[in-house]
Amino acid sequence: MLILDNPTLRPVALGLTAIGVLAGLVGTFAVVRRQSLQGDAISHAALPGVALAFILGGRSPLMIVLGAACTGWLAMTLVKGIVGRSRIPFDTALAGALAVFFGFGLVLITYLRKLNQTLDTRPPVGWLEEWLQPHARDATNHGLEKYLFGQAAFLEDADVTTIVGLGAAILLLVGLFWKQLKLASFDRDFAASLGFPMRFLDVLMTSLIVCTVVLGLQFVGVVLMSALLVAPVVAARQWVDRLGMLCLLAGLLGGVAGFAGAVVGHQRSGLPAGPVVVLAVTALVVASILFAPRRGIVWGLLRKRATA
Amino acid sequence: MTIEIPYQLQVVFVLASVGAACAVPGVFLVLRRVALVADAISHVLLFGIVVAYFATRDLASPWLFLGATASGVLTVALVELLRRTDRVAEDAAIGLVFPALFAFGTLLASLFLRSTHLDVDSVLLGFAELSPFDRSEWFDFLPRSVVVLFGIFAVELFLVVLFFKELKLATFDAALASTFGFAPVLLHYGLMTLTSVTAVAAFDAVGPVVVVALLVVPAATGYLLTDRLDALLALSIVLGVIGGVLGTLLALAIDTNIAGTVASVLGLQFGLVFTVAPGRGLIAQARRGWQNRREFPERILAIHLLQHEGTPAEDEESRLAGLHRHLHWLPGDVLRVVRRAERHGLVERRGELLAVTPAGRELARQSFGV
Repeated sequence: MLILDNPTLRPVALGLTAIGVLAGLVGTFAVVRRQSLQGDAISHAALPGVALAFILGGRSPLMIVLGAACTGWLAMTLVKGIVGRSRIPFDTALAGALAVFFGFGLVLITYLRKLNQTLDTRPPVGWLEEWLQPHARDATNHGLEKYLFGQAAFLEDADVTTIVGLGAAILLLVGLFWKQLKLASFDRDFAASLGFPMRFLDVLMTSLIVCTVVLGLQFVGVVLMSALLVAPVVAARQWVDRLGMLCLLAGLLGGVAGFAGAVVGHQRSGLPAGPVVVLAVTALVVASILFAPRRGIVWGLLRKRATA
Repeated sequence: MTIEIPYQLQVVFVLASVGAACAVPGVFLVLRRVALVADAISHVLLFGIVVAYFATRDLASPWLFLGATASGVLTVALVELLRRTDRVAEDAAIGLVFPALFAFGTLLASLFLRSTHLDVDSVLLGFAELSPFDRSEWFDFLPRSVVVLFGIFAVELFLVVLFFKELKLATFDAALASTFGFAPVLLHYGLMTLTSVTAVAAFDAVGPVVVVALLVVPAATGYLLTDRLDALLALSIVLGVIGGVLGTLLALAIDTNIAGTVASVLGLQFGLVFTVAPGRGLIAQARRGWQNRREFPERILAIHLLQHEGTPAEDEESRLAGLHRHLHWLPGDVLRVVRRAERHGLVERRGELLAVTPAGRELARQSFGV
């Protein structure tokens, strides 16, 4: 167990593996509902939450996760409200909410930075600047890059504990409501006719995805988080047909990709782990689409040749 | 003669031209339900710029523009390729392609372009503040991006006017359009190429994420207000320009990120229209629901009276005193509804009995659709 003995690699490998497993499992529900890009929207919409957590004085990872979850969740709720109460299509609402929330986050972060610069040259004017003064200084030290690209290399053992703990809670909820979530994902009308609380299940599903995204966000970044929710599921879908197996296999593939990214990134130092994980998981998808038994394209071509 | 336009006004021009140029393709992105493809394209532009820079080693090269546009089209083609395998749904295909290309671009940049300082922060934030310093060669009193974006806007308008009938048909009835021989694939790629070009031109000013807001939100806002394609195009352009101008002025006033402020203003604009839009807004919906709830008992009363009009049971069924038993309402509610229905001229008293007026009869008949 060389990897577990290496004190710098261990938390990175364990953390990325755990995030991969979690994202694969939870992402399954987003993908089978044809809402794969929910993760993309949530991870962008988390930016103003991160900034607000800073402004309100939150410095611990938990506070930042909480802030990110709040705006991510708000964005998804707005999207659902807009789609339910107008003829705006889902994809438009999602893209619009993602960009508007992200833009607002940029406003907050830039404002804090500029404020910090001006406060070096003059004293604060008015209650707002006075109140923001200590927060502005901190916000400048924590760059935007950390949120956008994630900093897997800085994962520590404490972070791994947080990820595993919260991840276990998310998985417990999925397990508890398995039957309901399954039916609600495939046959909403039937589930509603059985008297399942659809609104509660929708909120639960959104909340689980939001929690997963914001948990991984600060370690793996916006783009990787979007990919991790989708790619392992698409790869797993080529091999199995049942939701239970799909969940497990997607979790497994996500974990493998996370682990591979951590190890490769460690061995070629300077190679950011995030992009390596994305490319690893993309390779899994391509291989699965080509070679998976029965569904694979290669097998299809071979069959065609055999019958011709 | 040299014309000197104040700095602030130049930035306003830049964002107004971004708003106008983005609004036109945005309408078709919303109507054709491919808004998220635009999101994917905008993420991948960075990849295109890195690859083109890798090939030319010149940050000012026009190949960067072409490379970025080509990467947008490549994204669309890859999504289409995945979808065609019938093994991946379109939304999942989008979610696969753009992170992969983005990751590839990031890896290339971090492996080989260490020496060049590609400032990720400022790329993502957009540099609208700096755009006035990059002047156009032909119109040296204007920022280059204003001239470029206005040119793109003019081309878009020209294409839309030229192909208006075809675009309309292909957008609202793709099947009929393809039987007439319009190539849907050609149209799709045409729209996506236009989106890529616009996004690349807007990239410098607003960055990759906010450009999605400028593409999608004005069109979505207009979609709440009109049913006509030509009106929607005009409205989106106006809303995009207003959002760009107001956002810029606000950002300059409080000294913050211009692109982000424009996106926020566009979001507020949408929220406002979503609330007050005539007929479709939240207020109109709530008022309709409230009116229905008020009107419904009067309708039931009119139906009840019409049902028993001229029958032997009329004397019993239409007597005001016992009406609550027949309708299964509370006596107090019956009185309130009767009074309101009288005021609206739907029923009238004939001694102890109630009877429908011609207007009430009309309402009751309407309810049955006769």
